[in-house]
Amino acid sequence: MSFLSYAWDWLRAPVQWHGPGGIPIRILEQLGYSGLSLLVAALIAVPLGVLIGHTGRGALLVVNIANAWRSIPTLGLLVLAVITLGFSPLAWLIPLVVLAIPPILVNTYEGVAGVDPEIRDAARGMGMTSWQQVRKVEIPVAVPLIMLGLRTGAIFVVATATIAAYIGLGGLGRYIIDGLAANNYGEVAGGAALVVVLALLVQVLFVGLRYLVIPAGLRKQERPT
Amino acid sequence: MIWSWIPGNAALIRQLTLENAYLGVVPAVIGLIISVPLGIACVRWGWLYPPVLSATSVVYALPSLALFIVLIPYTGLTDTTVIIPLTLFSLCVLLPNVVDGLRSVPGPVRQAATAMGFGTLRRLVQVELPIAVPIVIAGLRIAMVSSISLASVGQLIGVSSLGYLFIDGYQRDFPTEIIVGLVLIIALALVCDVLLVIARRLLTPWQAGRARREIPRLPGRAARELPGGVGAA
Repeated sequence: MSFLSYAWDWLRAPVQWHGPGGIPIRILEQLGYSGLSLLVAALIAVPLGVLIGHTGRGALLVVNIANAWRSIPTLGLLVLAVITLGFSPLAWLIPLVVLAIPPILVNTYEGVAGVDPEIRDAARGMGMTSWQQVRKVEIPVAVPLIMLGLRTGAIFVVATATIAAYIGLGGLGRYIIDGLAANNYGEVAGGAALVVVLALLVQVLFVGLRYLVIPAGLRKQERPT
Repeated sequence: MIWSWIPGNAALIRQLTLENAYLGVVPAVIGLIISVPLGIACVRWGWLYPPVLSATSVVYALPSLALFIVLIPYTGLTDTTVIIPLTLFSLCVLLPNVVDGLRSVPGPVRQAATAMGFGTLRRLVQVELPIAVPIVIAGLRIAMVSSISLASVGQLIGVSSLGYLFIDGYQRDFPTEIIVGLVLIIALALVCDVLLVIARRLLTPWQAGRARREIPRLPGRAARELPGGVGAA
């Protein structure tokens, strides 16, 4: 039997779609954990990235963080957090936020630091204060990269939240972890299929968001990345 | 930390480290072997690149755990089940770098090679690929570091790696074991990273004097599009 037939058989059983462990609840849980983690990460990383990009101080640190974060094993960080912090919400929130910060920070930094010096000069020439330059010029110009950072962070968070089921978090990863423990491949396959669909939908969401928030003046010159 | 645990389990730790290194290095190398010809094809036939790039960014967004599970019916609970998704992720990271690297070859350099009588193939092998090496290796570093770290997730489906220390340490409520696993994975990634930097220096001796003046920068576009899937976890 193929993966799809296992997943389909499990998904179409009505029992999966009801109750506290049902698929709709699990999807909402997964979106809730991921959305909250991404929000907290963005609230920390975007202002910090703008600050570093604007002042140029700490740039080397950002580059090194960007290179180092990939080597951090998510599973290890999660189990360490739960063992040291116990089963509190912080045990999953801290690792998820920590892992989502680097891509947002780096892209925001790159976006702001990469603003064309001529544009900066023009803004200063018009008499803008430093804060006005940041708010009216540098951030809008950096939006495409900030969005890229958020998308990358979102992808990372959704994937990590799935693994966090191992330390007892709800969400779609529950089906995978519980199914593996019970040797029930149908449940595992169904959970994995849902995770894949959700990850794809998050991608689509960010493609749409990106179009909405990028200033019209920047859209023309944008090239497919 | 209970330090005495480490020497007491040295054999286990050594074996897990080797398994983890294998699961991390093999996907990056296979990814490189596939991405070079694919990248050459994308540069040669430009229309091919946008759809291939879109496909890679979609694949990159998939959580590794889900991909492992998709493969279980076909490859079982074996190394292959972990290696295939990590290879795909490596490919996603490497391909843009191969294409950018080949496109970074200055026009005059290309023309000079042609004027010297180089055919397309010889120009590719002796001129264009060597010039692309730094950018390709920047991608390979990301691919390898990510694979080494992600390989530990394979432990959830029972494929042995340093991830064993996380699972075992968690079940036994034993932080020392988890910390040892974390440190070893990061150290392993760092060692491979340094080896790749050395390899780049050896492969591009003409850059020796230049590196110092370079402003530290991210290794190409791929650095920004991360991981996730891959990376992620």
